[in-house]
Amino acid sequence: MTDTVAQPAVADAKAVPDTMAWDSGLRRLMMIYLPLGCFVLILLFPFYWMAITSFKPNAELMNYREHNPFWISSPTLAHIKHLLFDTAYPRWLWTTMLVAIGATTLSLIASTLAAYAIERLRFRGSPYVGLGIYLAYLVPPSILFIPLATVVVQFGLFDSPLALILVYPTFLVPFCTWLLIGYFKSIPYELEECALVDGATRLQILRRITLPLAVPGLISAGIFSFTLSWNEFIYALAFIQSGANKTVPVAILTELVTGDVYQWGALMAGSLLGSLPVAIFYSLFVDYYVSSLTGAVKE
Amino acid sequence: MSVTTLPTLALARRQPSWLARLFDYKPFLIVMCLAPAIGLLTVFLTYPLGLGIWLAFTDTTIGRKGIFVGFENFQYLLTDSLWWNAVFYSVVYTAIATFGKFALGFWLALLLNNHFPFKSLLRAIILMPWIVPTVLSALAFWWIYDPQFSIISYLLVDVLHWRTTNIDFLGSPWPARFSLIAANIWRGIPFVAISLLAGLQTISPSLYEAAMLDGASAWQRFRYITFPMMMPILAIVMTFSIIFTFTDFQLVYAITRGGPGNSTHLLATLAFQRGIAGGELGEGAAIAVSMIPFLVFATLFSYFGLARRKWQQGESND
Repeated sequence: MTDTVAQPAVADAKAVPDTMAWDSGLRRLMMIYLPLGCFVLILLFPFYWMAITSFKPNAELMNYREHNPFWISSPTLAHIKHLLFDTAYPRWLWTTMLVAIGATTLSLIASTLAAYAIERLRFRGSPYVGLGIYLAYLVPPSILFIPLATVVVQFGLFDSPLALILVYPTFLVPFCTWLLIGYFKSIPYELEECALVDGATRLQILRRITLPLAVPGLISAGIFSFTLSWNEFIYALAFIQSGANKTVPVAILTELVTGDVYQWGALMAGSLLGSLPVAIFYSLFVDYYVSSLTGAVKE
Repeated sequence: MSVTTLPTLALARRQPSWLARLFDYKPFLIVMCLAPAIGLLTVFLTYPLGLGIWLAFTDTTIGRKGIFVGFENFQYLLTDSLWWNAVFYSVVYTAIATFGKFALGFWLALLLNNHFPFKSLLRAIILMPWIVPTVLSALAFWWIYDPQFSIISYLLVDVLHWRTTNIDFLGSPWPARFSLIAANIWRGIPFVAISLLAGLQTISPSLYEAAMLDGASAWQRFRYITFPMMMPILAIVMTFSIIFTFTDFQLVYAITRGGPGNSTHLLATLAFQRGIAGGELGEGAAIAVSMIPFLVFATLFSYFGLARRKWQQGESND
């Protein structure tokens, strides 16, 4: 590849002479749009497949000869109806929601206070506390779930959603704290100094100046925590035993997968419904997601 | 803002209760602010981590307090072919999946770094695999990998006529292993791509202009500008990715549960099978603890990645 060929692709399209416009257009198509199209197709296909399976009658699901598998000839709500009325699915959704909201609230309070102390109260050793919390993020749940299960039993919380609300902050707090430290850093310290001079107490400063300015950060941390708690699997699998208290991801896998013949329609409908809350949440706050994802990585 | 809040602030100063004064005392306030976070992390993270290491040296089972048995669990694991199998597959899984995720993710990030219409919409769509609960997308993959009604087999056999028989994705060891790796790569691409895209956007265009004036080719610009400038963020994202791929649990548990014939067990799923499902807490903990050396290695990798960034760009560049 020589630089004469490479330049038009990088240079501003308007600067390219007309004779090369078609050439660079084709080039763009082949080098950018085609691979992008493939990526999008592959990344989204499982969701399409999930969605289409949930509305297919069983006859079509198991017969590719007479029905085109990529489309539905007679869509049905039978799988969703089965899920909502013949299983404890609404209950699982409710439990998951409760756990996610509880864990998010707890994590937000704990990490806002911690981030404020580390970034704004600035004591000796505060960078080390920050580093310690960051390191906590690197401890994966996979090496903690066995001892945590014994801790949960000791506390008498086994099989209780409260155990999950208390345990999820272990991976939410480090993440949120680092995100919020970054946001607090971007708030000018002079604002707080002014308030201090005016005689405000530290807590008043946090409540009336720092927090209102950090609202985007709080939203980012909140929706992220909610998503992570909604998606959590291994703790929920290890700590919850009874069918009624399970969260959606665990319940679908352990309660709906029965016997040798899998009810793919119901399974996919369950997956679709279980994904919808986070998907809706996500579509409402896309920019916050992207900024918190990239923000946390940059920190 | 300060004008509107002044009256209330003045009021608060006129009658400071002892409680208000206590909360304005900085050391007390620091302790109070840190207490919830540190408390939660100590009770549910640091303590279990220590407890896990202790359990690994005992023969605890569910319902029975174990006694200290020294390195017995680890000695047993060294002779256990299933453990070696899990170590082998964990390493293979992590290596291939990380490579795949970063190669494809970097490519996707470079593609997204171009100008085209509906860019933010596309960026939003691409993150979907990462947002949706892993277990639920894993179930979709399970269905896609179905031996009889796999849509991939249908495409290859009935539409494209490239094969005559259905692919048995999950029935035998190596196809099952690669099917899981493919699902993991699918799930990991968005995170890598969006993080790296953020890194790409921080590279100053003037560097490319200067290089083009000097006659650098596209490959040279990538090799000598993009890649070195991306090193710090690559190192961090890769560390996270390696840690969470190596300790992955959900995908394998949802799709194969370690089968067929225990060939797709990762260390995490083996630890679950022995520790929680089998009740041998001590042995499960030992398997979990045996992941730590690998994780320490990955963290050191991150540390040196960060150190290198500081060295390249100066301390204050955060």
